[in-house]
Amino acid sequence: MDLKTYKLTGYRRENGRIGIRNHVVILPVDDISNAAAEGVARLIKGTIALPHPYGRLQFGADLQLTFDTLIGTGKNPNVAAVVVIGIEPNWTKKIADAIATTGKPVAGFSIERHGDLKTIEMAAWKAKEFVQYATELPRVPFTWDELMLSVKCGESDTTSGLGANPTVGRALDFILAEGATAIFGETTEVTGGEDLVSSRCINPTVQAAFDKVFNDYQDFVNAQDADLLGSQPTEGNIRGGLTTIEEKAMGNIQKMGRNKVVSVLAPAEAPSGKGLHFMDSSSAAAEMVTLCGAAGSVLHFFPTGQGNVIGNPIVPVIKITANSITASTMSEHIDVDVTGLLRLDINLDQAGMKLVECAVHTINGRYTCAEALRHDEFVLTKLYRSA
Amino acid sequence: MKHSVLMHEKKDDVAVAVVDITAGTEIGVATLEGEFVGTVLAVNDIPLGHKIALRDIKNGENVLKYGRPIGHAVADIAKGSHVHVHNLKSNRW
Repeated sequence: MDLKTYKLTGYRRENGRIGIRNHVVILPVDDISNAAAEGVARLIKGTIALPHPYGRLQFGADLQLTFDTLIGTGKNPNVAAVVVIGIEPNWTKKIADAIATTGKPVAGFSIERHGDLKTIEMAAWKAKEFVQYATELPRVPFTWDELMLSVKCGESDTTSGLGANPTVGRALDFILAEGATAIFGETTEVTGGEDLVSSRCINPTVQAAFDKVFNDYQDFVNAQDADLLGSQPTEGNIRGGLTTIEEKAMGNIQKMGRNKVVSVLAPAEAPSGKGLHFMDSSSAAAEMVTLCGAAGSVLHFFPTGQGNVIGNPIVPVIKITANSITASTMSEHIDVDVTGLLRLDINLDQAGMKLVECAVHTINGRYTCAEALRHDEFVLTKLYRSA
Repeated sequence: MKHSVLMHEKKDDVAVAVVDITAGTEIGVATLEGEFVGTVLAVNDIPLGHKIALRDIKNGENVLKYGRPIGHAVADIAKGSHVHVHNLKSNRW
């Protein structure tokens, strides 16, 4: 399938990367700076605050992942400029400086010795300047090989494995053939199909890296001595007819299409090359999409069975379903209806192209259902409890 | 006859209902590629998305879907029965 006839437009950032949205983000470093960040966003039109519950007394790998996620979110090409607000200056500067390596406008403010009101005033002046900068930026043409996207499914059921997930896989086949970059993951959710993912790794080094993250998480699950039935698969999965993790995994990995895995990424790690990358990640929807955004994904494909309603504040999320009940009862959430696959009215190439065409509209600026419905879930992955 | 259940692979032991199925109905079985492969008599109600047994499966036997085991039967399952958490369990956790 030749996708070159589609015209794509986006925002070329200072570092050359392409974004498809043009957000000015007000980024709190920690939970207690949410109020000031939201205060700025309420004052200045065209800004968005990303409140979250963490950033205090974390340590080690858990702290590093919070830093990586906040920094990566600020660096994401869908973000034009960032105002960082933290309780104290040191970590605030650390986050702001790391985002500034992209060359985009960034400013940091800390609350101690000013209070919320003065901080909000100072930050709002900067936010106003950044919005006026961002709103003047033009959309410019770009090509598929400059696109980074991500895929993750949610509230899956058996229709996901039959229709929605293979549709994503086929669309990825088409888009990656044009030289794009994509991220998938969900470490527990390949359980039962891990041998297939492992065998699709491009070389023994990547394969060993995949096997290690998979086995490490299995060891963690086993150490909890818990029955995951009800969690993985979820109660929603079970209601939709999925019975076991193996069955769910086989549906999940349909999203890979025919592509090889070119690298294994740590959570929130940016891919270093084109092709399909596996990210070690949770299967919880908002956590995973947030990590993909932090890794640089600018567009997300989200197939669902029973109807997961997730969105993301900076990454447009396109929902695909093959479940006719979901398509009719939750139609405000569904961007691409591929129920025709289960009626055998359309084939997988046609379903894949339906998704590609929705992606083109989304890239060029049309809001997804999740964007229009204000689904702005920004959720940090917590590795262990704070000090 | 229009299909009511789809199977991923021809050697699968179960197929997925693509409509709500009522007990006592003779239903058509097709592959995802659109090949009609026969009929089966539903002995239970099968909601859309749930699985139906395409053969008699003995307690303890692996159950194939996608051409691979997705778990094992924890009860004898008669052809045409609803297959779910009450009679199928993961081999993993």
